[in-house]
Amino acid sequence: MDTLVLLTLTGLGLGALYFLIASGLALIFGLMDVLNFAHGAFLTVAGYTAWRTAETVGGVPGLLLAAVVGTVTGLALAVVVELVLIRRLYGRVREQILVTVGLSLAIPAAVQTVWGADARTFPVPDALSGTVGVLGARVPVNRFLLIAVAVLVLFGVQLFLTRTRYGLIVRAGVEDRAMVTALGIDVTRAFTLVFALGGALAGLAGVLGGIYFGSLSPHQGTSLLIFAFVVVIIGGLGSIPGVALSALSVGLVQQYANYYAGGYGDLAVIILLAAVVLARPKAGTDSPLLRLRRALTAPRAQSAGGTA
Amino acid sequence: MTDTRTPRAMPAAAPVKQSAPPRAGRLRRARSVTVPAAVLLVLALLPYSAVEIPVLLDGPVNSPGSLQLFALCLVFGALALGYDLMFGRTGLLSFGHALYIAGGAYGTQLAMAELGLGLLPAALLTLVLGTVAALVLGAISLRTLALGGVGFAMVTLAFAQAGAIWVERNPGGLTGGEEGLPLYTDGVPAALVGVQNTVHIYWLALAYLALVATVVWIATARPVGRVWQGIRDNEQRVAVLGRSPFAYKLGAFTLASALALLGGVLHLLVTAGATPHTSTSEFTLTLLVMAVLGGSGTRWGPIVGGVLFTYLDQRLGGWNLGVEPMLILGALFVIAVYAAPGGITALGRRRSS
Repeated sequence: MDTLVLLTLTGLGLGALYFLIASGLALIFGLMDVLNFAHGAFLTVAGYTAWRTAETVGGVPGLLLAAVVGTVTGLALAVVVELVLIRRLYGRVREQILVTVGLSLAIPAAVQTVWGADARTFPVPDALSGTVGVLGARVPVNRFLLIAVAVLVLFGVQLFLTRTRYGLIVRAGVEDRAMVTALGIDVTRAFTLVFALGGALAGLAGVLGGIYFGSLSPHQGTSLLIFAFVVVIIGGLGSIPGVALSALSVGLVQQYANYYAGGYGDLAVIILLAAVVLARPKAGTDSPLLRLRRALTAPRAQSAGGTA
Repeated sequence: MTDTRTPRAMPAAAPVKQSAPPRAGRLRRARSVTVPAAVLLVLALLPYSAVEIPVLLDGPVNSPGSLQLFALCLVFGALALGYDLMFGRTGLLSFGHALYIAGGAYGTQLAMAELGLGLLPAALLTLVLGTVAALVLGAISLRTLALGGVGFAMVTLAFAQAGAIWVERNPGGLTGGEEGLPLYTDGVPAALVGVQNTVHIYWLALAYLALVATVVWIATARPVGRVWQGIRDNEQRVAVLGRSPFAYKLGAFTLASALALLGGVLHLLVTAGATPHTSTSEFTLTLLVMAVLGGSGTRWGPIVGGVLFTYLDQRLGGWNLGVEPMLILGALFVIAVYAAPGGITALGRRRSS
């Protein structure tokens, strides 16, 4: 029992981390069709600036400041990349993806040049490095921190998307970019905004990833990114609740399989992905998850239509 | 969701060859044979030259070190060309090509070491099994095209990641984990083992490049190549014309994978070992970068890109620039996407015309 509790909470913590990474990816992809390969690199850079901050300041204030610094780093990096590189290739989706591929190779190499290839220990204050007893299991505190942050982010992003004017433009842009542009709304502004939001989420994920794994390395972001990709495919592209659901299932499957199937959690996730892909019968039809989501969100869509 | 394979998003489509007048066509056909033949001859005779090129090469051209570098460059030129069969010719953005390269390298190595086969039977067995695997995984991956081209990209990435995890995990001590495996020399003919035989490896790499170029160039010039191009530009049109895009895409995927499996065998021989790096997603991304850098969808572009990228990747580290080679190469690539949209080969063509 206590093992199951520990596994579940650890899986939920990992799922929370995946959600933070995947939600940024899904937003950017949903609106701009850009598969942002540099997302993992943003995460890595943010993780390292957060690590430097936490090292210098120390303790819980250091960690809080590190979270802010990491998030701002991710945000700033994303805004610069969007304004300087992505925007110029407006409408050329393939080139936009290629640019992020180039960045995904260059940025980890830059990080490695500055801070070396060896993994660094992420300083976690005593308040967060302990464990808590839950139903007889000793669960590390940081798992709860991750879950709490992910839930906050989920609600924050949902509120932003459903309750603000910019959110409305972004959602409309995800649905039909051409129509929104035809209505005279500046979608490029929404692009920058979504890219910034994605970068901030990647930055936050970089800090939390440092806490979760207790260490940092130049290519950590890239390997996490691959699981975020898997989460995004399973969850359906361009939907935040779908991504949240699939992030949880991927995190849990990975943890359970790691324990019960002899350390092959990573492979179990890939098998899950293949199963989901095969369960989606034909072009144009939805995944079972998507259908479930639609059933859950249908009434709300109606009321939103009434107020808009 | 808009289609990622819009025509304007394509890197400089190859000029339409049929529209040229007959005489120009004959001339072009003659050129299309003589130029590759001349390049092949020069490259084949390269090991007979003892010229020293300071800065660019550490030793004379025919020193084992230089020949090994050349061989690696040729293998990557061929791998990039094979990758471009999917990316540049058919419009399939695969992120899982590394699976088949690593499969070729590790498969051959394991068939030699564990089953006691010779190099040739081991490579053949790997090729057959790997191609069947590619057929199955390709069929599964292509189903995800319902999600747009990106679904295919991500699913191929995920399958390749499964391979990378398997290699890294070192199950039963088979793959050597992060260390990789040194080439199992007992199964390899003596003429391909040892520093003094680097020249044979070089010729083998050249033969592989010639094979890949022949297969890719002939295939793309034939009707099947036109269908691939049609799928790349507008898949619906191909479907309306009564051809099954799925079968043609699966064909391109399987052929590219078979060439990659063979490339894995060459990589194993040239680097004298199976390295886990060949299984990583970064490895596939560098192939994509090579193809685009040189000129995707063209005859020579991917080869030029592959050779140049590999040369720089190998040599930049030795020039003591104080930065990681990949930083320079990645930045160079980002610049190239803006400055040379059709790749390096298109740049040369524009200047000469």
